[in-house]
Amino acid sequence: MSLRLVSAALLCVAVTVALAWAVLDRPLPEENLPDRVAAAMPESGVDHPVTAVLLNFRSYDTLLEIAVLLLAVVVALALREAQPDQPEAMGLDNPLLRAVMAWLLPLILIVAGFLLWAGSYQPGGAFQAGSVLAAAGVLLRLAGVTTAWLDNATLMRAGLALGLLTFLGVGLLVMIPGAPFLTYPLEYAGTLILVIELTLTLSIGLTLISLFRLTPPYADDPDEAREQAGKTP
Amino acid sequence: MSGALVFAWSGVLLFGLGLFGFIAHRHLLRRLLAFNIMGSGSFLVLVGLAQDGRGVDPVPHAMVITGIVVAVASTALALVVFRRWYRASGRTDLPEDT
Amino acid sequence: MIGLWSVPLLFALPLALGILSLLVTPAWRPRLIFVGLPLLTLASVDVLARLVLEGPRIYELGGWEAPLGINLVVDGLAVGMILMTTLVASLCALYARVYLRDYPASSSFFWPLLWLLWAGMNGIWLAEDIFNLYVGLEVMGLAAVGMVALRATPQALAAAMRYLLAALLGSLAYLLGVALLYATYGTLSMAGLQEAAAPNATTHVALALIILGLLLKTALFPLHAWLPPAHGGALTPVSALLSALVIKGSFYILMRIWLVLGPEVTPIFTAQLLGVLGAGAVFYGGWMAWRQHHLKQLVAYSTVAQIGYLFLFFPLVTGTGPEAARLAWDGTLMMLVAHALAKAALFLSAGNLILAVGSTQISHLVGISRFRPMSLFSFGLAGVSLMGLPPSGGFTGKWLLLHSAILSDQWWWLIVLFLGGLLSAAYIFKVFRMSFREGPQIDRSITPPLTLDVTALILASASILIGLTAHLPLFWLRLGSAFGAG
Repeated sequence: MSLRLVSAALLCVAVTVALAWAVLDRPLPEENLPDRVAAAMPESGVDHPVTAVLLNFRSYDTLLEIAVLLLAVVVALALREAQPDQPEAMGLDNPLLRAVMAWLLPLILIVAGFLLWAGSYQPGGAFQAGSVLAAAGVLLRLAGVTTAWLDNATLMRAGLALGLLTFLGVGLLVMIPGAPFLTYPLEYAGTLILVIELTLTLSIGLTLISLFRLTPPYADDPDEAREQAGKTP
Repeated sequence: MSGALVFAWSGVLLFGLGLFGFIAHRHLLRRLLAFNIMGSGSFLVLVGLAQDGRGVDPVPHAMVITGIVVAVASTALALVVFRRWYRASGRTDLPEDT
Repeated sequence: MIGLWSVPLLFALPLALGILSLLVTPAWRPRLIFVGLPLLTLASVDVLARLVLEGPRIYELGGWEAPLGINLVVDGLAVGMILMTTLVASLCALYARVYLRDYPASSSFFWPLLWLLWAGMNGIWLAEDIFNLYVGLEVMGLAAVGMVALRATPQALAAAMRYLLAALLGSLAYLLGVALLYATYGTLSMAGLQEAAAPNATTHVALALIILGLLLKTALFPLHAWLPPAHGGALTPVSALLSALVIKGSFYILMRIWLVLGPEVTPIFTAQLLGVLGAGAVFYGGWMAWRQHHLKQLVAYSTVAQIGYLFLFFPLVTGTGPEAARLAWDGTLMMLVAHALAKAALFLSAGNLILAVGSTQISHLVGISRFRPMSLFSFGLAGVSLMGLPPSGGFTGKWLLLHSAILSDQWWWLIVLFLGGLLSAAYIFKVFRMSFREGPQIDRSITPPLTLDVTALILASASILIGLTAHLPLFWLRLGSAFGAG
């Protein structure tokens, strides 16, 4: 046990105890936000409160959150290495996997669509659906299936940008009658949220897929890596 | 002991454990995993404490979804930098001196 | 009508440009600044004009009122920071357009990162919601990490990784603090917190977490270890952006939350502790800066030192009289803005000097004064502000802090102000002594493009000018704050 480990352990115990005490000693809030959310639900355009918070009451957070996802892709693009990046180099050469894929893929797409649609009245929504879509993309890649549109860089980037651009576009468009940014008019709120969610699902899915695709495997042999760096361990 | 407290305390425990892992480990992947455990801990505190007998509060749920997306993005970014660093240096940790 | 547009444009426009720059070819990416910079300048000036004419206001995003929706606060402090960002980031962008021609591989992704960084910063300045601040911090922080990693050398990657780990830990601590505050007060809005905040265990633990997280992100001594490699090792325009603006983001949040929670909740002990850490930063950073052999590392350590002055705000504003608190507010903000201008100028002119001699070593600057007087002049002007000599912004800021310390009978901070100035003089003159020495080493120097020298000179002059005309910006900055009456 080094001194560093002991001090780290002590620090963590202290933090945990302080936090546990803070949680136990908490006074209950006077402000009742759930009531406010419930009261505003009829004006939100959706029936599920979490979706209403995510895409209407606090949609600005979601907008910035998508920007964070985009940032990860930009950095992955910037740090991408020039290396052979053929799909077959990555796919497992397994006929069974391909056969299963043919069954799984439509099912995955249906689940993603359901999650997206369910978001308006029960748990679900763009991020969940996007993650499922991304899983399909990852599986495709692992099975070594080539898809022309996934390998098309321009199309891919357009897909990445679509969600955030639509979100921004809607936010700015609704300002024309003189309302603040992201204020959906009541009669269109449901439709606008659906449009935003649809494009976000696609973009989130593509973002996660491209994060996976931009970092293809290489010989993960530490000795080889050290050799290349010209260093000894 | 209420249900809210169980969740919140579990979250606190996870946060503490994650913090230890984050500080104690040198291997960057372990530190990244520790960061994710800390993140889960804070999300659990966020959702757990919101259940105080007045029904479910959707706001922390939305916050946690946002938080998860941010954590996913941060982890992906960290992995990208880590891979490049590993390729360039052959090391899985950061040099001690600054 | 138009007033509604300029506020959201401040973050929506950089976001849109960030995406667009991914869609256009690399050759077109730098050109987007000719659309972005004028529009952002226009929006910033419009926001200022409206602040002065119509007073501070709250912008309700989505038309939802505070605890339910997210509000933006358009007060003097926010507008001041927005203008500072527009000025510094625009000049850095103009500098980068020329500078990055030598780094084709890095430059193509500098632009999307720059716009996203800008959006994150403007988002932070305007935020009135503590969770929204978390998301804003992440946008800004991850963009900054990406910029540090752009060079993709082992050193840059290690620096980026170190920075990223610090940033991640800092944001999680902040997030947990936010979670505790929400659980206690049921609101994320600063106005709501200000009304409800009471001294209790949960609030104090939450405050401690928020402070620790933000200190890590601001790189206050002794949590500064990630800063010098990240700021000193990055591409020059990146160093300038990070040192001048990004670290101010987390400090700004701390300042806001501190004032929101109010004197009943924020303990004087913590305030004094923050002041002591600030003093430690001034001494340690100054000493380390003086010891550096690498020009940009010297400037980076100077940032570690200068951050320290900002933290004198807390002891001077907590538990002191209204006049002392107002002077502390004025002084800190003057230091903040002056440092942003001077540090950006210092990094840009240091980059020019490095370009001219083709070496990062300070010892290789021998004789450069004969060849690159303009680069050296910018470096010197910015140095005057950092040393706190009249009539610079740094001098005005220190003068106000000094008065605040005297008024509140905290003479010990005077020592920090004086010795800190001497230390800055020591490391600035170290560079000067070398450049004025006549030596055999230099026989030729590369002439950097004029844009690089001009942008650095504008920033350096601004850091002096702001000291000469301090009363007007300080009056604007006070609008809508608790110190507005003065």
